[in-house]
Amino acid sequence: MNLSYYPGCSLQGSSSEYDITTRAVCAALGIELMELEDWICCGASSGHSLDEVLHIALPAQNLKIAAEKDLDLLVPCAACYNRLKAARHALETREEVRDKMRDVIDYDGRKSPAVLNMIELLQERVGLDRLRTEIKIPLKGLKVACYYGCLLVRPPDVTCFDHPEHPQSMETVVEAMGGESVRWSHTAECCGGSLSLVHGGIVRSLVDRIIESAQEAGAQAVVSLCPLCFENLDMRQTKKFPVFYLTELLGLALGIKDFGHWIKKHFQDPSPLMDSLRLTP
Amino acid sequence: MRMNVTETRPFIKQISEASGQDVASCYQCGKCTAGCPVAEHMDFVPNAVHRMIQYGDRSILGSSAIWLCVGCETCAVRCPNDIATSAVLDALKREAAEKGVRSREKSVIALHKSFLAGVQKRGRMHELSLILGIRLKSGGLFNDMKLGIEMFRRGKLSLFPKKIKNKRMLRNLFEKARRRT
Ligand code: SF4
Ligand code: SF4
Repeated sequence: MNLSYYPGCSLQGSSSEYDITTRAVCAALGIELMELEDWICCGASSGHSLDEVLHIALPAQNLKIAAEKDLDLLVPCAACYNRLKAARHALETREEVRDKMRDVIDYDGRKSPAVLNMIELLQERVGLDRLRTEIKIPLKGLKVACYYGCLLVRPPDVTCFDHPEHPQSMETVVEAMGGESVRWSHTAECCGGSLSLVHGGIVRSLVDRIIESAQEAGAQAVVSLCPLCFENLDMRQTKKFPVFYLTELLGLALGIKDFGHWIKKHFQDPSPLMDSLRLTP
Repeated sequence: MRMNVTETRPFIKQISEASGQDVASCYQCGKCTAGCPVAEHMDFVPNAVHRMIQYGDRSILGSSAIWLCVGCETCAVRCPNDIATSAVLDALKREAAEKGVRSREKSVIALHKSFLAGVQKRGRMHELSLILGIRLKSGGLFNDMKLGIEMFRRGKLSLFPKKIKNKRMLRNLFEKARRRT
């Protein structure tokens, strides 16, 4: 299977482990990723906070590049996924947006690709039955709290993915990998997002509440699909509680060789947990 | 709360149109505020923001509330009247930024402005440049210094920004966007 690939800026910087592990698990599953040529930043929350035109033009420019390829577009970053889907939705549903975008980027949304997050890729394109057959090292004994945060699931008419407050799809992927998931209260609560850069204290208290809730539910780690959430959870918490990207756990389960490069990037050392479950690569 | 009754119609109309939300239909049930992760830090909680708009009180443009909203959209999925408070707050942010209204949340404003300035320059966001941009605009250069050093040690901060090749496309996009705003 071939897919277009939009890594986004975080995956080129602080969250490079998410990029590397995404590419590695896709390769292991026989998916070829073609990075969009000359992709640009999606504008993130600053786009929609400050500029009613840019917040659509920036992500839509990437849809335009992808439309030339006629391949579905994998967007692992939850924040970019949200912005690209918002642009796609606006182009689809609002004539005045199409009109503006024709003028600003010479694109009206035609042949706009399907935008996929990692779970959609695994569930709908790979299929969980096939995924089960690919698992070499089942994550036996690992109990995780699947954390969706905001941007994958809200607003629901834009992302059209799972339930806005009680999502359950990541749990099915974890189970397919041989792990267990807990039921918990903070699965779709907000981590504070980009406020982290200027209000570390607010984010610390939000993040600690999320971690506490995962601990109370009996989880040994939190699993994330968002670089903003991951960085906030991993760097701002005070609980020494491991946090993983879903792709890190999946790479372990797929038995990918030399797959430990990301461990040293984590502020909260996941090694003791991984050692205790014999999951160390 | 300062009321400015003469401006009621234009302000509520302006913000409702800019946000695509029917602010007039808010009946103060408080659900948006109950689920808001940052309400406890806001000077006006989300439902109070709607009331201020209904009163036509433009002083809300100088509030901390609008800038503390992180766009989590919890309010939007819970409102019984289908009001996306998040969209209303975005409309207020844009109006405040355009009019240059001051707020005690100048660091958040600096964050968003530095972010877009970086994208305009390179086509991509570069974390270290963004952090420096914010601190130079709003002070606190050494905030989170320890965290930054630790990030660098773990290879999570790249020193040199990446840029896109097609500068002309980028220039066009920003120029035309400015004209259409
Ligand atoms: S939830 Fe909706 S109706 Fe209730 S206070 Fe908030 S905006 Fe108003
Ligand atoms: S979108 Fe903003 S106002 Fe609404 S709940 Fe989230 S932070 Fe609060």
